[in-house]
Amino acid sequence: MISLLKRILRTGILTEPLPAPAEQGAQPEPELERLHDDILAILGRALTIREVDAGSCNGCELEIHALNNPYYNLEGRGIKFVASPRHADMLLVTGPVTKNMENALRIAHDCTPDPKLVVAVGDCGCGCGEVGALFGPNYATCGAVENVIPVDVRVPGCPPTPVALMRGILAAIRRG
Amino acid sequence: MRFHAEPIDFTPQPGRGAPVWTGRAADGEDLQRFAISVHRHGGRLAALWGEDRRPQGAGFRLHCVFALDEGHPWLVLDLPAENPVYPDLAGIFPAANRMQRAARDMVGIGFDGGDQRPWLRHGAWPADWYPLRHDAGPAPTHENAPSDYDFVQVGGEGAHEIPVGPIHAGIIEPGHFRFSVIGERVLRLEQRLGYQHKGVERRFMGADLATGARLVGRISGDSTCAYAWAYASAAEAACGAEPPPRALALRALLLERERIANHLGDLGALGNDAALAFGLTQFMRLKEDWLRANAELFGHRYLMDRIVPGGVTHDLDAPALSRLVGQCERFGREVKALRRIYDEHAGLQDRFLTTGIIGADLARELSLSGMAARACGIVLDGRAYRQDYTPPPPWAALGVRPATDERGDVAARVAVRFDEIFESLRLLRELAVGLPAGPLRAELAPVPGGMGLGVVEGWRGEVIVGLNFDAAGRLARVHPHDPSWQAWPALEHAVLKDIVPDFPLINKSFNLSYSGADL
Ligand code: SF4
Repeated sequence: MISLLKRILRTGILTEPLPAPAEQGAQPEPELERLHDDILAILGRALTIREVDAGSCNGCELEIHALNNPYYNLEGRGIKFVASPRHADMLLVTGPVTKNMENALRIAHDCTPDPKLVVAVGDCGCGCGEVGALFGPNYATCGAVENVIPVDVRVPGCPPTPVALMRGILAAIRRG
Repeated sequence: MRFHAEPIDFTPQPGRGAPVWTGRAADGEDLQRFAISVHRHGGRLAALWGEDRRPQGAGFRLHCVFALDEGHPWLVLDLPAENPVYPDLAGIFPAANRMQRAARDMVGIGFDGGDQRPWLRHGAWPADWYPLRHDAGPAPTHENAPSDYDFVQVGGEGAHEIPVGPIHAGIIEPGHFRFSVIGERVLRLEQRLGYQHKGVERRFMGADLATGARLVGRISGDSTCAYAWAYASAAEAACGAEPPPRALALRALLLERERIANHLGDLGALGNDAALAFGLTQFMRLKEDWLRANAELFGHRYLMDRIVPGGVTHDLDAPALSRLVGQCERFGREVKALRRIYDEHAGLQDRFLTTGIIGADLARELSLSGMAARACGIVLDGRAYRQDYTPPPPWAALGVRPATDERGDVAARVAVRFDEIFESLRLLRELAVGLPAGPLRAELAPVPGGMGLGVVEGWRGEVIVGLNFDAAGRLARVHPHDPSWQAWPALEHAVLKDIVPDFPLINKSFNLSYSGADL
């Protein structure tokens, strides 16, 4: 227990200011802080997100997970991932929507209370770029998320970085 | 060369990849006999897929990759164009069950007897239309209605079912789990997968090598290096080309970075699932540092598209290599401190110990490979020497020590993951210090009709890619195989007698790929 507490103390709070050890890549860190502030200023309350993987390669999920690491600390800013679409303000959808997930995605969308926001994530989910074309509509997929449910904001990238995801979530809130 | 005196002649595959031998079975009986012999000698069924060879004036072809101590025999069986059927192998290797059903759904080659339920086909296309046939054309218009699936029913007083998914409660891929329970005790778990099926294999057909490389790196994002290497290795074997030594060492470096990243993430999530949020925060912090270093060293956080047929795309200069060594030392210290906390945390150990057990015999029966098999005490690692097996370069020179644990429970999978992080950190330091000089890439020219198989020890287990070229040197057929094919059924066994609330923990200790097996 002592070692656990010591480790917590030694780690400190990483979210603000953001650390910049030598081995870390260039991240637009000032922008990250500004995004945090914007989210708080616009919302001033919690936002709940239901993530739906509708056919991804799981790469986009890795970056969505990263949003909750201590550097990006999305949950610490009142933005929470929830287990049911019925509890959600926003759907964050990845993947070229597979035919086998098409119905489940429609149901999840129907279950999300209005007003709702939808953010399509990744080149697959946005149907853009070379990767979007690779996974574009075929016998097994519907292609971009917007081919199945209405989309408010697109976050391209393969996978999009956590900063890009935060920017996309914020853009959706601004429009909503 | 022959295996166990079975009357099938095998030829060694050329190149610098894992040892593979190709052979042809004369008929279904021949195949069945060979499978029985592999099973009797403690071997595994590593992969199975079908191919339409009618454009070449032939019929269909069944591909079976087995795994023996010395390496992988790759056996093909040609089937007639009319009524292509082979004997059911699931009675010998239970792992064949889902692979045979997938091959039937995709290519329309059948197997006699056994479980005939569809696997990858849900309701999006008709049962008599096969997407991987050359004359399939565009999918027929068809109402995408969810199909019924004949789950095995468990009867008895007080028994009931809990259906979960396809959309799960967390940030996780989709799949359906049907629990049969009494109270909170699990009597049976049956999975229904295929929700991530996005027609990957059809997209390979007719593609060029470079397009295939981008596709293969996106079959299971968390294993992009393993897939890219297996694909490159298959392509190199098919083209008769050899990647330069520096490229091989850099591939190993990329693969070990991928292994560490995944173990870090899962160790954190495992702590969290056992109510130690501290573990999640600490490991996620380390993982983020690791990913940022990936971006700095190789220009991509998950290292996609860095391994390509013929070699690699990125080089590391001396300052980058010394930074990498420094980072490995820091990570070694940090992970060691966290391990001590995990080991001494009574609440955590109480949840980990004796939860989700798989015995070594069951693991062998299910053809399990990789980290999950090593956590049942099976010393099996494609990077390490074992009796009759010499690992391919660059592993042979590194003396990889496989991590094993006899217990087969969540605690064992946690322990193996910790041990593998330390071993991978050691390998990274050795690779960085001893990086051979020379070019990064060899030229590759597709050989019309050529075929090759690549096998790579990814962080979950054995990742396999089989490919062959058509007469014009384009990809005729590529089959990527994820170790999750074999591990999903193992998970069905691991939860038996445990309670439903332990399922997330057991599931996370494997962390299997849906996308990798749904294709
Ligand atoms: S955008 Fe890239 S990372 Fe995301 S699901 Fe598609 S292939 Fe995977």
